[in-house]
Amino acid sequence: MSVLGPTLQPTLDELSRPGRGGTRVPHPPADALEGIPAAAHRVEPLALPELDEPSVVRHFTNLSKLNYSVDTGCYPLGSCTMKYNPKLDEWGARLPGFAELHPLAPDALAQGTLELLWELEGLLAEIGGMAAVSLQPAAGAQGELTGILMIRAYHLARGDHGRSEVIVPDSAHGTNPATASMAGFRTVTVPSAPDGGVDLEALRAALGPQTAAVMITNPSTLGLFEARIVELLEAVHAVGALAYMDGANLNAIMGRFRPGQAGFDVMHFNTHKTFSTPHGGGGPGAGPVGVAAPLVPFLPEPRVMREADGSFRLERPGERPSSIGRLRAGVGSTGVLVRAYAYIRAHGGTGLRQVSDDAVLAANYLRARLGEAYEIPYQRPCMHEFVATSRPLKAATGVRTLDVAKRLIDKGFHPPTIYFPLIVEEAMLVEPTETEDLATLDALAAAFVEIAGEARTDPELVKSAPHEAPLRRLDEAAAARQPDLRWRPMTGAQTPCPD
Amino acid sequence: MDVPDGLRYTDDHEWLRLEGEEGTIGITAYAADQLGDVVFVELPAVGTQLEAGKTLGVVESVKAVSDLYAPLAGEVVAVNEALADHPELVNSAPYGEGWMLRLRLAEAVAADGLKDAAAYRELIAAA
Amino acid sequence: MGYGPHTPQDRAHMLRVLGLDSVEALFADIPEAVRARGLDLPAPESELETADRLRALAGRNRVDLASFLGAGVYRHHIPPVVDQIVSRGEFATAYTPYQPEISQGTLQTIYEFQSLIAQLTGLDVVSASHYDGATATAEGALMAVRATRRGRVLASRAIPPPYLATCRTYFEPAGLALELLPSAADGTTDLEALGRALATGDPVAAVLLGQPNAFGLLEPMAEAAALAHGAGALFVAVVEPVSLAVLAPPGAYGADICAGEGQPLGIAPQYGGPSLGLLACTTALTRQIPGRLVGRTTDTEGRRAFVMTLRAREQDIRRERAASNICTNQALCALTATVYLAALGPHGLRDVAALGAARARELEQALAAVGAPRLHRGPYLAEFAVRVPRATAVHAALLERGVLAGLPLARWYPDDPDLAEALLVCATELTSGQEIRRFADGLAAVLATDAERPSAADAAVPTAAGAAR
Repeated sequence: MSVLGPTLQPTLDELSRPGRGGTRVPHPPADALEGIPAAAHRVEPLALPELDEPSVVRHFTNLSKLNYSVDTGCYPLGSCTMKYNPKLDEWGARLPGFAELHPLAPDALAQGTLELLWELEGLLAEIGGMAAVSLQPAAGAQGELTGILMIRAYHLARGDHGRSEVIVPDSAHGTNPATASMAGFRTVTVPSAPDGGVDLEALRAALGPQTAAVMITNPSTLGLFEARIVELLEAVHAVGALAYMDGANLNAIMGRFRPGQAGFDVMHFNTHKTFSTPHGGGGPGAGPVGVAAPLVPFLPEPRVMREADGSFRLERPGERPSSIGRLRAGVGSTGVLVRAYAYIRAHGGTGLRQVSDDAVLAANYLRARLGEAYEIPYQRPCMHEFVATSRPLKAATGVRTLDVAKRLIDKGFHPPTIYFPLIVEEAMLVEPTETEDLATLDALAAAFVEIAGEARTDPELVKSAPHEAPLRRLDEAAAARQPDLRWRPMTGAQTPCPD
Repeated sequence: MDVPDGLRYTDDHEWLRLEGEEGTIGITAYAADQLGDVVFVELPAVGTQLEAGKTLGVVESVKAVSDLYAPLAGEVVAVNEALADHPELVNSAPYGEGWMLRLRLAEAVAADGLKDAAAYRELIAAA
Repeated sequence: MGYGPHTPQDRAHMLRVLGLDSVEALFADIPEAVRARGLDLPAPESELETADRLRALAGRNRVDLASFLGAGVYRHHIPPVVDQIVSRGEFATAYTPYQPEISQGTLQTIYEFQSLIAQLTGLDVVSASHYDGATATAEGALMAVRATRRGRVLASRAIPPPYLATCRTYFEPAGLALELLPSAADGTTDLEALGRALATGDPVAAVLLGQPNAFGLLEPMAEAAALAHGAGALFVAVVEPVSLAVLAPPGAYGADICAGEGQPLGIAPQYGGPSLGLLACTTALTRQIPGRLVGRTTDTEGRRAFVMTLRAREQDIRRERAASNICTNQALCALTATVYLAALGPHGLRDVAALGAARARELEQALAAVGAPRLHRGPYLAEFAVRVPRATAVHAALLERGVLAGLPLARWYPDDPDLAEALLVCATELTSGQEIRRFADGLAAVLATDAERPSAADAAVPTAAGAAR
């Protein structure tokens, strides 16, 4: 590819030199592919890059150094729970007995994993106060889809065909309304009340015999516990609708609030947020979903079954016709689930409660410190995260939340989530998590306060940040207007020939 | 913010230029500014019959997306093909080269329901 | 055990700043009636205790058998460099690259992943990844439904049934039907039946075929694609990526969309996940592809930079109008595949594919020699079905002899009498001659004693796991 200006690190394609590297397995016999008819053969050259191993290692190591990560610094990214993840859990997931097990291995060969999954279902059910849990969903969004499909199946199984709407508060994650659409429902958005909770009167007005479910994130994306939760759940159930809880913010409430016990009918867990799978630059995660007793028949297949003799097996296809079916090929993201299991067993019930207590304490402490320099729109104790806004700062100096975020990079911190939730102007959603020590929390608070000062004395410095990052701000409009989504392979004499 | 006289405006920040039985449609400078850098405009095919108030397409910026609504009923007789390669025209010339489509209007009189420039200026001043 | 950094003094300090005596006050918003009083969970453990627990559970799985099981998930040699790179905290503990100035490592590797998969598939637009091959297939079919504004999807029954089941789950709420195309006598998809289905009934949005198919056979992809296009439908190829080193890429035979399971590209089987959903399409379909995309641009100083792009397609912006609710992707698995492909290069990947094919031919001959001939005659790459009397019972008996004899096809096709006596077996570059002999000798012995042990199907399988109870 042509290089436009200087680059931080060449691409693999630019580093390629024909004839390099690549001998990893014995050479196949010359006639290995004789059975393949000509029509099925690749005739196009396979123009993958050719590199020696030292170049591969340096390439990816150099790239890794361009990333900010939890292992290198504080990552107060609201709604994402960027906590430190114990290395024990990484080690456990890589044990050959877990890692090398084939998903279609007969049950007799998979007893260790099946027992772990079965036990993890029970642990999550206790944490969520739910009757049963499916570990199958690959991510929180797929957990949402699973949950809403079960709610749909529940209503239809009762002969209740008129429920076409799902209600979502305006502070919800975008996955909630997108899930409702994917599951065939119309989304009805209800506003938030001035105190940040769901506007109960608006909710009551929207509820009716057409309502299938109400999706609630609790604590909300504002970092606030839904104080009117009892009335809210009563109103939902009074019209025959079911209550779905988005468990994205579970890290705040373990041992303090069990959604199923409180009356939620379905919830999902983001194990990669709460239970220690690192985020991996965007995934993978896992999104187990818990249900109250009336929804158990609809859980995805296959479930993990415990036999009378204490052995474990997977449910067979079609064994439970009421199931909503399969959400993916395998039984779940087992490698992620091993990490969650290890995390929960190491912490135990008291340890998980301590995690939540510390996450909430740290957020409130940081919130108090930020109040010196930023407006805090909701003046009540927060849960594990809180919203601040640069609105007054912007009015006074022209410095926006985006600028504050970029300037934080210069101070050595990852920015908070910005411009979300949508209902707060110039929002910054800050989530310190329980694993940042007091000195780091103080340093982060000091950085925020310092930036507010800089905005008044030298606004251009803030508006043109970052100055210390590998790159300055990017031209995102150009990327979207003329998408360049891949390099072009080398041509002519440069083209490596696989034969 | 530029709000030319002589055009009609909708509450959804679109403008309509009436030319006999036809009308040209685009989004206002205010709307383009609110969206930021426009990166994509999805428009209906020529010949499509539009109902007043119904979605006719989508404008996307880097970090936002907005529906376009038909201000009046009619048949699409032309779309601005240039926007496919140069969506930035919506930002640089919202009332000119950044126009979106032309309709043959089903009922020209209904345009009376749309705002004039003065009324639209009040709308965005209050926003 | 605790990983938290706070000492009692730290907590006391924070509470003091807040003017509180205890954290209880911070939870005051939780109504008394629904407040939980702790969790009924086991006590905390030391790191050593949890490590022992994990080791014990992992030890109860059996991964020491000679395995001929593939069926969509394949064991391969994973160069040690792959895990070394992927384990780096800078990659593993970063979030989705929403701040591109400090995420170029993740962003450039995703761009490289997109480019490498584009070269493998011959399709220009590659999603930054989906959950797995099954969900990528379902999303691929839904893309075709949106692009064509048609509501009928035809899928070969010889696509792995768990993929088809996933498609049904995804399609059902949209009121979309999944119509299965039958197999011809040779095990490939019946193209005459495809032609008839395209010619009758409502217009078809997409035709889906697997290459290789669920029986390991090579399908007439170009002919199927031409039939689909002739009826205005899009053609979706469901592929295995290592095979693309030697087989025609989907772009070459006219596929509009390609989906597949990326696990063979350096990712351990892990009992099904996390894995790597591959989804690619032609440029014409760019705006229909769900999930994250990374594109090239510049920073304000003109330096090359990478950034997530075409974001307005996604759920966080488009909300209820988004094409899919997908948010989390499989970025670390995509990085794994990228490092794997970089480490192997074109020659290395071709060697892996061709050596697997060579081993598979050795396996075919060895099994045929002991009375288990192939079920189909057509060409295959590295996986094929063999005819074995009472296949499920024989499969169970072979476990006792340390052989995982592939997949009894009855497990996937319980209602098909033609497949009741068939095992789907595969070889890869890891398959040794010794393992092949163990399989063949074991099979010969089981078949010889089979008549004397009519109840073999019901016999419990003694394994280390079973014995430990």
